[in-house]
Amino acid sequence: MAIPKVMGTEIEYGITVKGDPDFDPISSCVLLVNCYREEHYGEILWDYDQENPLADARGFQVDGEKYTPNQQENIARNKTLINGARYYVDHAHPEYSCPEVTNARELVIHEKAGERILEASRREASSLLPAGAQMLLYKNNSDRKGNSYGAHENYLMDRRTSFKQIVEHLMPFFVTRQVFCGAGKVGSENRGHSCDYQISQRADFFETEVALDTMVKRPIINTRDEPHADREKYRRLHVIVGDANLSEYTIYLRTGVTALVLSMIEDGAIRKNLSLRDPVAAIKEVSHDPECRRAVHLESGKRLTAVEIQAEYLEMALAYCAGREVSAETEDVLAKWQRALESLRRDPMELERQIDWVMKKGMIESFMQRKSLSWDAPQVQMLDLQYHDLRPDKGLYYMLERQGRAERIVADAEIALAIRTPPEDTRAYFRGECLRRYGSAVFGVNWDSISFSVDDEPIKRILMAEPLKGSRAHVEELLNQSPTAADLVRNLRA
Amino acid sequence: MKVFRTTSPGREVAGDPFPIYGAAESTQKKTPKRGGGDGEDKDAAGSQKLAKRGKELKEEMDALVDEIDEVLEENAEEFVKNYVQRGGQ
Repeated sequence: MAIPKVMGTEIEYGITVKGDPDFDPISSCVLLVNCYREEHYGEILWDYDQENPLADARGFQVDGEKYTPNQQENIARNKTLINGARYYVDHAHPEYSCPEVTNARELVIHEKAGERILEASRREASSLLPAGAQMLLYKNNSDRKGNSYGAHENYLMDRRTSFKQIVEHLMPFFVTRQVFCGAGKVGSENRGHSCDYQISQRADFFETEVALDTMVKRPIINTRDEPHADREKYRRLHVIVGDANLSEYTIYLRTGVTALVLSMIEDGAIRKNLSLRDPVAAIKEVSHDPECRRAVHLESGKRLTAVEIQAEYLEMALAYCAGREVSAETEDVLAKWQRALESLRRDPMELERQIDWVMKKGMIESFMQRKSLSWDAPQVQMLDLQYHDLRPDKGLYYMLERQGRAERIVADAEIALAIRTPPEDTRAYFRGECLRRYGSAVFGVNWDSISFSVDDEPIKRILMAEPLKGSRAHVEELLNQSPTAADLVRNLRA
Repeated sequence: MKVFRTTSPGREVAGDPFPIYGAAESTQKKTPKRGGGDGEDKDAAGSQKLAKRGKELKEEMDALVDEIDEVLEENAEEFVKNYVQRGGQ
């Protein structure tokens, strides 16, 4: 029986400073994250002791140096928020990792709250820059010059499901799901075949099928085996193949469908062999075909389009769900997935209020038509970039949303609440509430631990190896009975 | 109606950290399906309706392009050229 899909996303944003020829990305990122303030703040470390990004899911440990910054640098680069998120500097990009959630709708809310948190700190940071300079952030994955940055998804999986099975059943799904969750891109890069417009931001960057890397020779399936939870019971599937999405509908569909397919893999419900002859070539072929008409080669010798491959997964999903009780959200995801595939088969442009790559394409084509521009016009490239701009008054996605040209999934009030409120049904609740209630006594945090510095006692680390424990139902009473961190530590020991 | 006006270009003032984003969900317009209505409107009234719908569509598209014109970054060529990132994950 499939385990609950606890999940979250980690989004790296593009960053630049307009009007500053000496723009330095790293110091700009540090300024940015330190411009976001919550009242709980003491100096809290990110607890790197708990991390192991070099463990490989295929069962080995890769050689390499683990990143451990000194204390001052650690505090300057890492912020843990009272909504349970981590907001930090990763290499030369600001990154927002949303708190753990248990369903796709909640994921939309928290990923969107992240956009608003970055925008709030961007405004603050910009006000500190010299006159004429303005910091800008983009929720995209490429500078269109061969440099890419990630939008990763994480899904909790049962350790008993072998990694080999995950790879086999997931590869055709990952190569083709972009038809309903790509963010769209003008042109190609990284030695890709030239094209006017493609479905995915990231497809040009995948060079291998399965590997541990995330920054070079990117694999379609990443093998990082760092569960941030009890590693005897769980794995965390670290998905690097996706694009950063702005459309709520797209985020919802991407997350809901992926979580469902992973549950099906755990339950042995993927019975068709859809293995592709060359997944790395196929992911690019699919991306370069916004008509959604081109077929790719399967190992069996058959040729199917991306939409047909998705329809095969949908058919298996319908059969899987028919035999069991499923949540209302799963039913809704199935219905939306089915509708999206039907539209893609007829005319992808039917989805111009739902799916990012179609929304962007429709907008650009309207503009090109009125202005008689071609795909290589600088304004067209600007439209592509500005679709992802986080400024509510300038970002073209937000403009479409304001004009009623984006189908919403959640309400603005829910997003606003999530800026300062953790999800209630995962350990993110305990993390966020500890920061809110006992912030000055918190010494360090990681996904699966929180440690306190109380009086002169040695640091107390509380482990949270179960992502579903530490929920409101589990710990609210304990927290209410613990006015101080010292009380909490004592009550936990009792 | 525009919810936002740009502040003076270049320098931003950190005011309300969480400005209101889009309009309320209820303002969503239904974008018509492309080529909608074919086969239904065979009489004169029908084709008149179709013409009216076509005109509305054109107006909607004009409104979209006009708003893009207002917010699109100036000096697109230089802006796009200068947008260079270090590779991330």
